[in-house]
Amino acid sequence: MTVLIDKNTKILIQGFTGKMGSFHADEMIKYGSNVVGGVTPGKGGTKHLNLPVFNTVKEAVNKTGADASILFVPPAFAADSAMEAADAGIKNCVAIVDGIPSHDMIRIKRYMRRYTKSSKMTLVGPNCAGIISPGKAMLGIMPGHIYQEGKVGIISRSGTLGYEAAQQLKNLNIGVSTSVGIGGDPINGSSFRDIIEKFEKDDGTDVVLMIGEIGGPQEVAAGEFAKENMKKPVIAYIAGLTAPKGRVMGHAGAIVSAYGESAIEKVEILKECGITISRNPSVMGDTVKSVLEKM
Amino acid sequence: MDIHEYQAKKILSDFGVTIPRGGIVYSPENAENKAREIGGSRWVVKAQIHSGARGKAGGIIICNTPLEVAQATDKLLGKKLVTNQTGPEGKIVNRIYIEEATDIEKELYLGLVFDRSSESIMVVASTEGGMSVEEISKEKPETIIRSKIEVAVGMQNFQARELAFGLGIESDLIRRASDTIIGCYKAFSELDATMVEVNPLVISKQKQILALDCKMSFDNNAMFRRSQVSELRDKSQEDSKEIFASDRGLNYVSLDGNIGNIINGAGLAMASMDMIQLAGGSPANFLDVGGGATPEKIVKAFKLITMDEKVKVILVNIFAGINRCDWVAEGIVEALKKIEIKVPLVIRLAGTNVEKGNKILKESKINYIEANTLEDAANKAVAVINK
Repeated sequence: MTVLIDKNTKILIQGFTGKMGSFHADEMIKYGSNVVGGVTPGKGGTKHLNLPVFNTVKEAVNKTGADASILFVPPAFAADSAMEAADAGIKNCVAIVDGIPSHDMIRIKRYMRRYTKSSKMTLVGPNCAGIISPGKAMLGIMPGHIYQEGKVGIISRSGTLGYEAAQQLKNLNIGVSTSVGIGGDPINGSSFRDIIEKFEKDDGTDVVLMIGEIGGPQEVAAGEFAKENMKKPVIAYIAGLTAPKGRVMGHAGAIVSAYGESAIEKVEILKECGITISRNPSVMGDTVKSVLEKM
Repeated sequence: MDIHEYQAKKILSDFGVTIPRGGIVYSPENAENKAREIGGSRWVVKAQIHSGARGKAGGIIICNTPLEVAQATDKLLGKKLVTNQTGPEGKIVNRIYIEEATDIEKELYLGLVFDRSSESIMVVASTEGGMSVEEISKEKPETIIRSKIEVAVGMQNFQARELAFGLGIESDLIRRASDTIIGCYKAFSELDATMVEVNPLVISKQKQILALDCKMSFDNNAMFRRSQVSELRDKSQEDSKEIFASDRGLNYVSLDGNIGNIINGAGLAMASMDMIQLAGGSPANFLDVGGGATPEKIVKAFKLITMDEKVKVILVNIFAGINRCDWVAEGIVEALKKIEIKVPLVIRLAGTNVEKGNKILKESKINYIEANTLEDAANKAVAVINK
């Protein structure tokens, strides 16, 4: 099993006919993802990459039965597109886009409160690499071939640091069940805690590697959840040991503004939660390996 | 993005918050005239820099005559002020705000920020104005009151009233205080702010409620729809290398060390900096050229790093995914034809087609040290420094 997506997931591309949308849709199809069409308002009724284009997400869902979507729309329109997906009944939506205003993210999350838990869309991102279940499906922009099939769940705020981890694991002949990029923004659709809970329930996942960084409360929240609720081991690496306080380190959310948000503080708190710490980014793979060997 | 105190106060005043009379000047002559124009018998001359704690650094001077105002302005203009927030290099004073002095009866603290846990806007208030919020939470945590605002409906009168009563404000002034708090909230929510801090918010002896000092920061991601705010940017307050970077789509933060970094992705960049420190070195910067690491961005990155005289070695660490290492390597080779690098170079490529990429680098004429892992790259860069 996997979390969020599998071979049967029917994927829509929002912002299908643009340069980014076209390129990555093609990559996803090549990887084996079940892309069923796309949405570009005003271009409905045409074909793109041999797939149907629709004007609205609702229409696309009605015609194709799509249950997942990925957004390649510019930041100014991304909030609108995410809410459109939620309203059309999409189950899982990935927002790749970097640069959505924080006020818009809050608006999306408030908007989604109107849905009951069972009908609420899971939003992953923004400013993320997306989701991949190796050998099954990719709903993202990652290089698929660096992920080997296996039983490690990965959750990462950073895209390239997530790739680094997948590559280190592959070099050790260790595979990944699903890798989820939750993104580098201060307010995101799904938190570490939201995803770690899904991994705990997933039969196909034995251990979880959490790749965090400075800023925000989410790593600690996930650590506390793991301590209370998880049987599966969790390994974590936190980037930004050397980051100065009060400065934004590339990711809009990577800024230390309160206690518990620096790398050292997060590491200390996670240790107390019983989480195994990868002491540096070069040994994420080795740390996972040593945990697996003890199981 | 940060703005100056006088700009932030102008915004507050547009949202119905009372501010002392004042005006901005760029010369001592102007200052003297401005003081007369404002009227009264005491003035405050305030250096406008993007930093708090200006008073302790000598950036705020109280004057009793227009002549003194001119002298104080003369003293501050063109000076670099060093506060505990500016770093040792300080910030240049190019603008002076002249304000009528306020007879203060009580100083309060009012701040608005995004609360990432509840994903709402949090209003923080305290009776201990004049101290920083960090000091208040350390020394007088019991005075702090908070109110979480539901953004979908905005701040309600009762919430502002609760805060006002919580601050011990007398009944006659509650209405005015609530309007002030709501004005600050509206400025925050309507202009895509990420922080609004009025410190101190004062009650004057004349029973006025006034924003005496104000700091505001805005969401860079929202500037496309806030042209009036983005026009307030003052580049003289920013690090010149950071301006160079942001104008070219690079994420850059200047640091104190001597190992320059060129990395793709913010997380990987932070991780590489961490590896440098663990290896016993010190990074000169944080630099994320973006996940794609295009040749254009790499050229710009080399230009930027070579502007920094502290840099004694450059570490390039690229994880190439869809953009393949061979393509990235060609970009690096091209970049180095355009830019002369006088310091040693350590390059670590990883990801798609890494062998091809390393082969291209080796066969080119560039002089560099090859590294295989994050750890290897950091160790080699530090070894160069220690040699």
